[in-house]
Amino acid sequence: MTLLIGSLTMGMILALLAFGVLISFRILAFRDLTVDGSIALGGSVAAALIVNGFSPLAATAIAAVCGGIAGAITGVLATRFRINGLLAGILVMTALYSVNLRVMGRSNIPLMNQKTVLSPIQALAGVDDRLTLGLWTAQTQDLYTLITIVLATIAVAVTLTLYFRTQLGLAMRAAGDNIDMIRALGVDVGWMTTLGLALSNSLVALAGALLVQYQGFADVQMGIGMVVWGFASVIIGESLVRGRNVGLLIGGAIMGSVLFRLLVAIALRGGLNPNDLKLVTALFVLGALVLPDVMARLKSRNVKSRNAASR
Amino acid sequence: MLTLTDISKTFYAGTPNEVRALQGVNLKIEQGSFVVVIGTNGSGKSTLLNAVAGAFFVDEGRIELADHDVTRWPEHRRAVHIGRVFQNPFTGTAPNLSIAENLALAERRGQFRGLGWALKRRSIDELREKVKEMGLGMEDRLNNPIGSLSGGQRQSLTLLMAGLRRPDLLLLDEHTAALDPKSADQVIRLTENMIAKNKLTTMMVTHSMQQAASLGDRLIMMVRGQIMFDFQGPAKARLTPESILHKFEEVRRLERLDKPAAEQLRRVYV
Repeated sequence: MTLLIGSLTMGMILALLAFGVLISFRILAFRDLTVDGSIALGGSVAAALIVNGFSPLAATAIAAVCGGIAGAITGVLATRFRINGLLAGILVMTALYSVNLRVMGRSNIPLMNQKTVLSPIQALAGVDDRLTLGLWTAQTQDLYTLITIVLATIAVAVTLTLYFRTQLGLAMRAAGDNIDMIRALGVDVGWMTTLGLALSNSLVALAGALLVQYQGFADVQMGIGMVVWGFASVIIGESLVRGRNVGLLIGGAIMGSVLFRLLVAIALRGGLNPNDLKLVTALFVLGALVLPDVMARLKSRNVKSRNAASR
Repeated sequence: MLTLTDISKTFYAGTPNEVRALQGVNLKIEQGSFVVVIGTNGSGKSTLLNAVAGAFFVDEGRIELADHDVTRWPEHRRAVHIGRVFQNPFTGTAPNLSIAENLALAERRGQFRGLGWALKRRSIDELREKVKEMGLGMEDRLNNPIGSLSGGQRQSLTLLMAGLRRPDLLLLDEHTAALDPKSADQVIRLTENMIAKNKLTTMMVTHSMQQAASLGDRLIMMVRGQIMFDFQGPAKARLTPESILHKFEEVRRLERLDKPAAEQLRRVYV
């Protein structure tokens, strides 16, 4: 039960990361690798501010803003300086590694005895309180944490869905769908991409900030492979919801993130060496990308051979 | 309305691939005029349209549009004044967005885009009326993604979108060239109606001699980055597809001669 609640909570936090990847990769069609750096940036900033006595809420908000700035820098590099988008993201991600070390002053910060955004909610129940649901017993604190995170993530999801129905949000979607068209309709595509990347990376940094507060430490290495993680969630989400509707895709990203986290938890429990996790994740994403194509090719070959046979 | 003063553009300057696409073009288009632009391949007719739209900056010269000097305005800024339809029917619409969403985007061409709802019920009803007027039966499919429509339908919608917020200048770049004959006819009919109804100032590039003869009140023919012929008023009205083809023949004969001789002949004949 602890395992289940833990994975659900992690999945819901990382759904924010998936939203960020959804915005850059799918909506803007921009392969943004800043993510690996900005999730660690969010974690570093939040942790550093909290240990220096900032209120956890302010620390989390500032972390998100910092992520937004990192995304905007990638956007400016890619659109104003015309650097290849992948490279722009890699440059910022690399630079952020040093920035994160500077921000924290060392390679990790423990937050075990610090007040976090989750502390007031956890304080509603005693440390040893248990809640029984039918056959299962769970720690009340964990359950409260989960509920809070779920509500927060859903609030972000709803806000995003509504945002993409505004004039600005719709223009942003169009900028990722047909650049020539939206430019001819008077939208500065460079600015729109920059704004979108800022939004995307602020969500990623928010995920990082919540993640460190939930798991109780920040580490400069925490961002490695996170973009693939987010992408995996988005892909799973897409296969679950099927459709181009943004609201559905956002909902799908939540489901994808939670499902992926559960799969990982099960795999780890089943004996997967944690060191192999990134390899397995990469293979998983590779499979998800290649399989539909292979299936389609097999299908068309079958149809062809059947046509040939009937002739 | 639109004044081009001595505009020039050279692509790949200083390389073996140098193309002098526009060589000192002067053109003044009056409010409400419908100008058809023709020319051989590589004559600079599409380049001329793109120069006006702002796809690139001209090397020399001035572009004035609706009382503004727009020479250094980027493309998206000029869009405040310009509605465009492209040759490729897929260029003018966003395939993954619905018909209604595409129209809503066009409704705010060149305007500030804030956090107001993109689609309001009232505006959807208005848009549906406009789609219905086109008579293509798409008014009940406003929520379908545009990608599910045919090229002709998409081009008709692009045309509607270009004129949705009345543009000071409408640019049509061979907008029927990629369509099947039936769709092309349909789009041309819609084009004529829209321009006549809203008295739009228009520049239309075309390859079709038929269209060049029957549409518009002025015809210019581009040759080697310059305006070679300019027919207005009665002279334009007298043109037939045959007589335009004849002009092309004339140009071909001129091009065989060396430059000074061609210049002299031009002075005599034009």
